[in-house]
Amino acid sequence: MKEVVDQGIKTQEIEVNFGPHHPSTHGVFRMVLTLDGENVRKVNPHVGYLHRGIEKLAEKRTYAQCVPFTDRLDYICSMTNNLAYVQTVEQLLDLEVPTRAEYIRVIVSELQRIINHCVFWATFGNDLGSQTALMYGFRDREMILDVFEELTGSRMTYSYMRIGGVAKDISDEQLKEIERIVDYMLDEALPEYHNLITGNEIFQARTKDIGILKPETAIDYGVTGPNLRASGVEYDVRKDQSYGIYDKFDFDVPTRDKGDTYSRYIVRLEEIEQSCLIIKQALNMIPEGKVQVKRVPKRPPDGSTYSSIESPKGELGFYLVSDGSKRPYRFRVRPPTFIHLMALEEMMIGEKVADAIVILGSIDIVLGEVDR
Amino acid sequence: MGALQNLFVNLALFFRESMVNIGFSQLGIEATMDLVAGIGVLAVIAISALVLIYVERKVAGFIQVRLGPNRVGPKGTCQTVADALKLVGKEDIIPDRVDKVPFMIAPILFFAPAVLAFAIIPFGENMIPIDMNIGIFYFIAVCSLSTIPIIMAGWSSNNKYSLLGAMRSLAQSLSYEIPLVFSILGVVMITGSLQMSDIVAAQSDMWFIVTQPIAFLIYLIAGAAETNRPPFDLPEGESELVAGYMTEYSGMRWALFFLAEYAHLFIVSAMATTLFLGGWHGPILPSYIWFLLKTGFMIFILIWVRWTFPRIRIDQLLSLGWKFLLPLSLLNILITGVVLYII
Amino acid sequence: MYEFNGIVIFFILGLLMPIGALIGAYILAPTKSSPQKYLTYECGLDTRGETWVQFKICYFLYALVFLVFDVETIFLYPWAVTFQQLGTFAFVEMFIFIAILIIGFVYAWKEGALEWF
Repeated sequence: MKEVVDQGIKTQEIEVNFGPHHPSTHGVFRMVLTLDGENVRKVNPHVGYLHRGIEKLAEKRTYAQCVPFTDRLDYICSMTNNLAYVQTVEQLLDLEVPTRAEYIRVIVSELQRIINHCVFWATFGNDLGSQTALMYGFRDREMILDVFEELTGSRMTYSYMRIGGVAKDISDEQLKEIERIVDYMLDEALPEYHNLITGNEIFQARTKDIGILKPETAIDYGVTGPNLRASGVEYDVRKDQSYGIYDKFDFDVPTRDKGDTYSRYIVRLEEIEQSCLIIKQALNMIPEGKVQVKRVPKRPPDGSTYSSIESPKGELGFYLVSDGSKRPYRFRVRPPTFIHLMALEEMMIGEKVADAIVILGSIDIVLGEVDR
Repeated sequence: MGALQNLFVNLALFFRESMVNIGFSQLGIEATMDLVAGIGVLAVIAISALVLIYVERKVAGFIQVRLGPNRVGPKGTCQTVADALKLVGKEDIIPDRVDKVPFMIAPILFFAPAVLAFAIIPFGENMIPIDMNIGIFYFIAVCSLSTIPIIMAGWSSNNKYSLLGAMRSLAQSLSYEIPLVFSILGVVMITGSLQMSDIVAAQSDMWFIVTQPIAFLIYLIAGAAETNRPPFDLPEGESELVAGYMTEYSGMRWALFFLAEYAHLFIVSAMATTLFLGGWHGPILPSYIWFLLKTGFMIFILIWVRWTFPRIRIDQLLSLGWKFLLPLSLLNILITGVVLYII
Repeated sequence: MYEFNGIVIFFILGLLMPIGALIGAYILAPTKSSPQKYLTYECGLDTRGETWVQFKICYFLYALVFLVFDVETIFLYPWAVTFQQLGTFAFVEMFIFIAILIIGFVYAWKEGALEWF
């Protein structure tokens, strides 16, 4: 039957804009889909609707003044952006960070990972048409945001990391509250997530074997983070190029072999679990002490450096070139999600329109970071 | 209690008698009675939509760990009224590129079948607006009418989302009508009548949900699909198609689609009550209260499903309809036939 | 035949209510013309290409099977109504009828008419 239709009856393709003003393109992403009926024939991603020229602007600021810019890259997880940037500057300056600050950095960036994956879970559910997931994900994010608000004075743009430490020490009450949240995430929230969405038959039918990204393709495109691990490549910057004090913690890197949207989804939920375990270890091991080095040199020596961290979305790197002045000569971000978007075409061609939205949701993009 | 039991029936009788006394012809009396019933149905549609939208939002709120509407009026009960007033005051935008005539009449035609379907719903004992002897057939026919305005709206909008939504709606109607019809067939086989009053009367001892459990489930799934309720809301598919076939509509025209959807929700639940849950049968309370309670319960189930399930995909939707529900409903007919024959 | 008069009355009422609502909205709603308002919505951008094309209806074959079953329901309903009075002959005959249809259905299924492509 299929052959008859393929040979005999001609149908016309239509070109549909999805985005920039669309309910589920996660911001102002635009993709032009060429559709034959319900099937996707061509994908043409357009980015740049949220371009603010952060990389250029940063060249006119001092190193410390650049931290707030990084907040606005991936606005879902500002903490890890801060961390990636200050870590690069510290590497440029060859600066040692106090141990307590290192622990605080681990705790807040793992909390940030939980936030990001909660938001991912929530919006992914929404993309699939289950709006209840949205509310549950954001409910749990809210608790961590409260802690962050108390700690940093802000709910989204923290600018908490400073070159040579963190802005403010964390109190014992806050640590207790974090412990409570972690227990809550492990004992209540995660089982609830699995109950509500993961086990749902429609959900499984909608996500399994959809948008397959082969490991070779993923590596070729430079895909990192949970998306790469869902394709079966066990690569995690925290383990493979350990930064900070991550070598002191015992944790697993969850992987899946299939590379479909379900794998990408389940890998992220398992990462929440691992992050909780890391935080628990850090809470037990955190020492007393300073959180900020006394004096931070203003002018790094000539040279360039690249350093990256495992941000919730993948490998987030900063490349800084210094000409010996107070300001960076070149400020370059390696955003994970921009690179993930490039692999979109590989996943989408031949799927349905509805799947296209799910695939886009499953790679977890944030436009602030894509467009910079 | 006795007066309440037959309140509406007595009212109708009173009307009828006074008209006989005045000296109306038989045709005139019947027409006037139908007119009164029709206006009553319109009131039911309007009130039920107001209540249902509020209930849906409130239930959704509680399911989603939030409060739902709580500002306008006590506990937010006037929220829907405020929304309705807002919609009346909204500009009715008809885009330049649309095919104007079908675009303008589609919401009206979408609404009319909803009113028509209310004509055969037994709201209580002797409270069927029009008790036709082909009631079930009429219901099926009227229910499937609502696909045509959706296609009109989707095609005339000259909008790609609308087009996709309308085409999906057609596919949905194609695949769920047959299981819906076949699930009702079991009930018809037991009662041996297509008349709604007979079907309700046949359930005075035992509800058909007991003898026809499979049919009930099939009816519920197919009914949700026919009314475009989530998880079968593909024609609207908010996260994919923005608003599907309604994308270009605004103001009152959009509100008509919205209103009719809630009317359809009420109809499907009311028919589930009539066919499987014993209709208005129930102890102590007046029959129409029982009917409303059961219908309310069915509506609650549909709302509950809506806020729990993700949306199904179009090819899975068709597979579910054709490869699962259809054979199952045929099997149900087979079993019903054999059992009835042996008895 | 009075019941069909009732349907006509219901249909007229069903048309009158939305028309009345639209007239009400026409009186109350403001009209402020602006060219941007009357553009087709496509995520904030101009549409590209035609919308009214030879659209690929992937479920065309489903529709053909649907027709068969739709006709079948018309035969089945009168049978279902009188089923309990007709006795063995009608019972057997109708099951043969359904069996033929099921065979056709299975054939269509096997040939891939019920596959989305």
